[in-house]
Amino acid sequence: MALDRWIALILLGICLIYGYAAWFTMDGSLAPFMRRNPIWPSTFPKLLSIFGIIASSIILLGFEKSEAKEADIDYRRLHEYKLGQAIILLALMVAYALLLRPAGFILSTSGFLILGSFILGERKWHIMVPVAAIATLIVWYLVQEVLGIYMRPLPGFIGG
Amino acid sequence: MLEGLLIGLQTAFSLQNLLMVIGGCLIGTFIGMLPGLGPMSIIAIMIPVAISMGDPSAALILLAGVYYGAIFGGSTSSILLNAPGVAGTVASSFDGYPMAKQGKAGKALTIAAIASFAGGTIGALLLMIFAPMLSSVALLFHSAEYFALMVVGLSAIAAFAGTGQVAKALMMTVLGLMMATVGEGALFNLPRFTMGIMDLQSGFGFITLAMAMFALPEALFLVLKPRVAKEGGEGEIKDLRISRDEAKAITPVIGRQSIQGFFIGVLPGAGATIASFLGYAVERNIAPKEEQEQFGKGAIKGLAAPETANNAACTGSFVPLLTLGIPGSGTTAILLGALIALNVTPGPRLMIDEPQVFWAVIMSMFIGNLVLLILNLPLIPYIAKVLSVPRNYLIPFILFFTLMGAYIGQNNATELLILVGFGVCATALRFADYPLAPLLIGFILGGMLEDNFARSMQLYDGIAFIWERPMTLGLLVIAALLVVLPSYRARRARLRAEGVADGD
Repeated sequence: MALDRWIALILLGICLIYGYAAWFTMDGSLAPFMRRNPIWPSTFPKLLSIFGIIASSIILLGFEKSEAKEADIDYRRLHEYKLGQAIILLALMVAYALLLRPAGFILSTSGFLILGSFILGERKWHIMVPVAAIATLIVWYLVQEVLGIYMRPLPGFIGG
Repeated sequence: MLEGLLIGLQTAFSLQNLLMVIGGCLIGTFIGMLPGLGPMSIIAIMIPVAISMGDPSAALILLAGVYYGAIFGGSTSSILLNAPGVAGTVASSFDGYPMAKQGKAGKALTIAAIASFAGGTIGALLLMIFAPMLSSVALLFHSAEYFALMVVGLSAIAAFAGTGQVAKALMMTVLGLMMATVGEGALFNLPRFTMGIMDLQSGFGFITLAMAMFALPEALFLVLKPRVAKEGGEGEIKDLRISRDEAKAITPVIGRQSIQGFFIGVLPGAGATIASFLGYAVERNIAPKEEQEQFGKGAIKGLAAPETANNAACTGSFVPLLTLGIPGSGTTAILLGALIALNVTPGPRLMIDEPQVFWAVIMSMFIGNLVLLILNLPLIPYIAKVLSVPRNYLIPFILFFTLMGAYIGQNNATELLILVGFGVCATALRFADYPLAPLLIGFILGGMLEDNFARSMQLYDGIAFIWERPMTLGLLVIAALLVVLPSYRARRARLRAEGVADGD
């Protein structure tokens, strides 16, 4: 089974759960006076779940034939691509999300930019470090001073 | 209309807004030139900046400038490197790149710039004529018609998705609509589908979703498969002049394609990409026999046609956005999201309630096109240097800007985790050939669609509005036909190809 049909299966599952919630569980807590309304909070989701189930089933059962075309990037050749780099970069993004508050903006951002280019294979530290540091400071200045959004610059224990 | 024009001129010519146009065009050109980054990613990245400015006219002017700049920049990389940064400029590389290989890169860029300018300017003129007409009709619409019109828009996007893609596009639209129902709506004051998670109480963030759908997958694709720039074409860019004969040859092409491109752009779901391919095909077919042979080998008409059409289509795509509040493309959907965040609801009342926004945008389109022609063209040889920025530096920065955009929008680190999660899902969907723009359009239209649906249900005490209002019924029938027809025709064509009699 091709990837698009696997995804259709997952989407069908999502639609079924969504539909179950809309048809069977949502109306339980509805106040009695709202029951006399022609439209309930669940009305629109109920319709959506029907359309979603129909559409995902059409893809899943392969009713609509699509012509095979050469894609720009093909998941069947995923192992030929730099999958490792992409996954490590994603992990780096997660780490950035978790560290942004505790480690402060300046440390985590310059770390992210330096490690990011390191993961991609850059080894010229004398360019990487200054570029990352300058960019971090400029962005921090723009966000803090121009846009007026507070971001803790330094780690908490230094008092940032 | 004259009064509106004056208001627009006044707003657009304020120093701040002039800077916005120029800045937007330059940023757009700069980033649009980078292969692999489309206008949607750039606009998604720019949104937090635009929203925090707080002035809707300035924000929309900036974003529209970025949009134009991106298309212009995309054509530059199509011509110089045969590596289109934007889908809408793929057709420009058919004849633009051969010209560059023959050493006529400067001429090709000039033709592209002039064609873009003419397409954009004529498009803006047509927008000025048609938008007020359409919005005065739209003022007669009732919430039932609005509901039906949005359904037509959404199904048209699915219908234009291409052969074998209708169900997928439809699925993505429905998924977007479903995501829009998460959280506490104004309509019922009741949290829905939050699964008890506090962070979902206010629903999914629109900026986060836009970043996750467009910017993140594109950056990941750049990591996965580094694009190899094809040899040749670079080098010196000189001799920007075009001769009188050449100007004479492309004038009718520009005239035809501005109008055709504009009207294709107005259709929901058909944007700059379709307009440029169609423009190229039409001009090739109507060209004289000996010129037809030249197409694909560096014909100036083959470059002027898609360049004019894609810019005119970009302008055309503003018509449904500004008059009906219904975006026809991913890019205009992002613009709509930004406007809603700034407390402006585009629609037929926009021209009455906030004329300065409406007219300032149109005026800024003229200014933007002029900026692109007189500022960017001479600068192109220098801006083209950006093409040599190593990806090792570029990619971390793109990722960082997506993260920052999501963070600034919500000021919440959980949003970043949601961004990464959705980004991975979106990449998987891209791999499986699911279009992502319908998801975002569905998400943005979801709230309005449900509001109008609920209002009509309440007014008519049930679904009677569907058959009691002929226009609503008509629109819904059109929507159904749009979805069913492409698959019906594909099925018939297949049966015929297999030699099975199909009745007629």
